[in-house]
Amino acid sequence: MRDLDEKALRAKDKKALLGPDIDLDAYHSEPVSHEYVRDLGILSQADKDRMILAGVDADEKERSGTYVQKDSAVIHARSGQDGLEVIPIKDALQQYDWVKDYYWKLIAVDTDKYTARAKLALHNGYVIRASAGSKVVYPVQACLYLEKEGLSQNVHNIIIAEEGSELHIITGCATAAHVQRGLHVGISEFYVKKNAKLSFTMIHHFAEEMMVRPRSVGVVEEGGLFLNNYVCMKPVKSLQTYPTTYLDGKGAVARFHSLLVGSPGSEMDVGGRIVLRAPETRAEIISRAITNGGNIIARGDLVGEVPGVKAHLECRGLILNKGSIHAIPELEGKVDGVEMSHEAAVGKIAQDEILYLMSRGLSEDEATATIVRGFLSVDIPGLPAQLKAQIDRAVEQSDQDMM
Amino acid sequence: MLQIEDLQVMIGNKEILKHIDLEIRPGETHVMFGPNGSGKTSLLMTIMGYPQYRVAGGKIVFKGEDITYMPINERAKLGIGVSYQRPPTIHGVRTRQMVQICAEGDVDVEALAEKMNFSGFLERDINAGFSGGEIKRSELLQLMAQDADLLLFDEPESGVDLENISLIGNSISELLQRDFKLNAHKSQKERRKERTRMGLIITHTGFILDYVTADKGQVLYNGMLTCTSHPREIFRCISKVGYGECVKCAI
Repeated sequence: MRDLDEKALRAKDKKALLGPDIDLDAYHSEPVSHEYVRDLGILSQADKDRMILAGVDADEKERSGTYVQKDSAVIHARSGQDGLEVIPIKDALQQYDWVKDYYWKLIAVDTDKYTARAKLALHNGYVIRASAGSKVVYPVQACLYLEKEGLSQNVHNIIIAEEGSELHIITGCATAAHVQRGLHVGISEFYVKKNAKLSFTMIHHFAEEMMVRPRSVGVVEEGGLFLNNYVCMKPVKSLQTYPTTYLDGKGAVARFHSLLVGSPGSEMDVGGRIVLRAPETRAEIISRAITNGGNIIARGDLVGEVPGVKAHLECRGLILNKGSIHAIPELEGKVDGVEMSHEAAVGKIAQDEILYLMSRGLSEDEATATIVRGFLSVDIPGLPAQLKAQIDRAVEQSDQDMM
Repeated sequence: MLQIEDLQVMIGNKEILKHIDLEIRPGETHVMFGPNGSGKTSLLMTIMGYPQYRVAGGKIVFKGEDITYMPINERAKLGIGVSYQRPPTIHGVRTRQMVQICAEGDVDVEALAEKMNFSGFLERDINAGFSGGEIKRSELLQLMAQDADLLLFDEPESGVDLENISLIGNSISELLQRDFKLNAHKSQKERRKERTRMGLIITHTGFILDYVTADKGQVLYNGMLTCTSHPREIFRCISKVGYGECVKCAI
C-alpha cells in the first residue's frame, strides 16, 4: 500500500494522454459527511428525482442490491440476495484480505493525475461481488451522487463476477440539481471470471460545469461475457474516458455500447478499447453520438493479438445542429488470422428520411425526433429488461431536451 | 377529387412538368405510362408535396382545398398516400412503428401484416436490406394502415418476383376497392358505385393491369401529359409502336 502511495505521489501532476488538462487544485477533496440512511425512502424528493434520471431507484424496486454514495460518504449499502456482496471499498479494504488482490491490479495508479488523486484522496466507492455460480435476479444499482459544489469526488469501484456467476449492475452518477461545478474521478476495475456474465451499465447525469474523468479496465476469463454500456446524454463541461478490456481466456466476449449526446458547451472524448488476447475471443464496440452543439470525439480501438479472433467496431455520428463529431476507429491486427472490421459514419439526418416520415403524417419535428430516437435505440443483447427500460428512458428524456 | 390545373414544376432551373391538367374523380383509378425520365415520379412527388419539386405555375386542388403549397404531412393527413419505389432505410425505426405512425396508433398491426405476408418483418428496421418485393409489401402495408383516399403508386410491380406479383397486384386492387368479391347483399354494380378511393398508378411495364382495373390511361412524355385513352389500348399501342409513335398525335 505504501508503494502505491509513493507511485501515486510521483504522478500527482502527470497530465493525462487525452482530454483537456484539469487544475486539480481548483476542486477540494475534503470529506463531506452525510448520515447513513437505512431506508432510502427518507431522501428528499429532489434527490430521488435526480437519482432516477441516472437509473437509480430509491424505492429499490426490482433491484438485488443498492449502493449510494453522497459526496464522499456512503449513505446506503445493502445486498438483498445471498451470494451477492455490496460493500464500501474502504470497509472492504479493512475487513477482507482478498480485496487487495483486486485493488489497483488492472489500472496503474500512476497512469495520470486522476488515478493518483483517487489513491491519495480516496473518498470511497463500492466492491460488488457475485459469488461463484450465483445469479442476481434483478440488477444491482449504485449511485454516486454529488451534492457539494466544487467537490472533487474520488471514487474507486471493484466489480467481481466469480466463476459461473451472472451479475447486472447499473451505476448512475448524478449531481444534485443545484450543483454547477465539480469533478468526478472514478476508478473501476472489472473482473469477469470463467464462464461468468457481467453487464455493467453506466448512466451519467451531470451538470453544465462538471469535469468527469473515469478510468476503467476489465479482464474477462475463459468463456466469460462482459457487456459494458455507457450513456451520457446530459450536459457536461468535459468528459474524457477510455475504458479498456482484456479478453484473456478462450472464447471470452466483450461488447461495448455507448450513447452520447453532446449539448452546447460540452466536450466529450469517449473511447473504448478491447484487446483480444486469447483464441476464439470476440469483441464488439458500438457507439452512437449525436450533437446539437457539443464537441464529441468517439474513439474505438480493437486489438487482435492471436489468430482466430473476431471483432467489429461501429461508430455512427449525427450532427443535428452545430457542434462536431470526430470519429476515430482503430483496428490493430498483430498476427494473421484475425478478422476485424469497422464502419464509421458521421453526417446529418437525411432529408429523404424526414420527408418519408412526413408523408406518413408526422410533422417535421416529430419525424426528426423519431429518427433521432431510432438512431439511439441500439439493441443490446443480454441486457435485463429493467436496464433496457432505463436506457430507453434516458433516450426519451434526451430527445425531449433536444427538440 | 383531385384536380390539377396547368401545373408547371421545376427542379432547380429545369422545367420537368409542363402544363399538366389532370382530374381524378372519387372512385376513379388512372394508370400513367411513360418512358424513364419522362416526369412520372416527379408528378407523384409534386402531388405529395416534396419540396425539391418547385411549383412554378398552376395549382393542385384536393377535396376542394388548394394544396399546391401545403406541407407533406398535412397532405398525408388530408388523405394522400404514396407507395414509393425506393423508400429510404431508417435505422432504429421498425416496420411495426411505421405502420403505427401511418394509422396514428389505431391499428391491428399483426392482422394487416398477416394479410401482406409480412409478419416476420415487423421488428426489422424499415427498408433495411428489404428486397424489391419486400419493399412493395411494406409500402402497401403502410398504405393500408394510413387509409388514404388518394393512393399514388410508383411502379408497384418493379423489382417484384413472380411469387409476389399477384399478392401485390391483388392488394392494390383491394386498396382501390376494385377487387371482385361475392357479396350477398350487394351487386357488383352497386359495389362499383360505392367506390370512393382514387388511384394513380405509374407503370413502366403494364403488368399491373393484369390485376387492377383502371378507368383511364395516360402517357407522360417529356413532362407533358399526352394521350388519354383506355389503359389497355394505350398499353397495346406502346407495346407495338413505342412511346415516340404513340404520343405523336399530341406533339
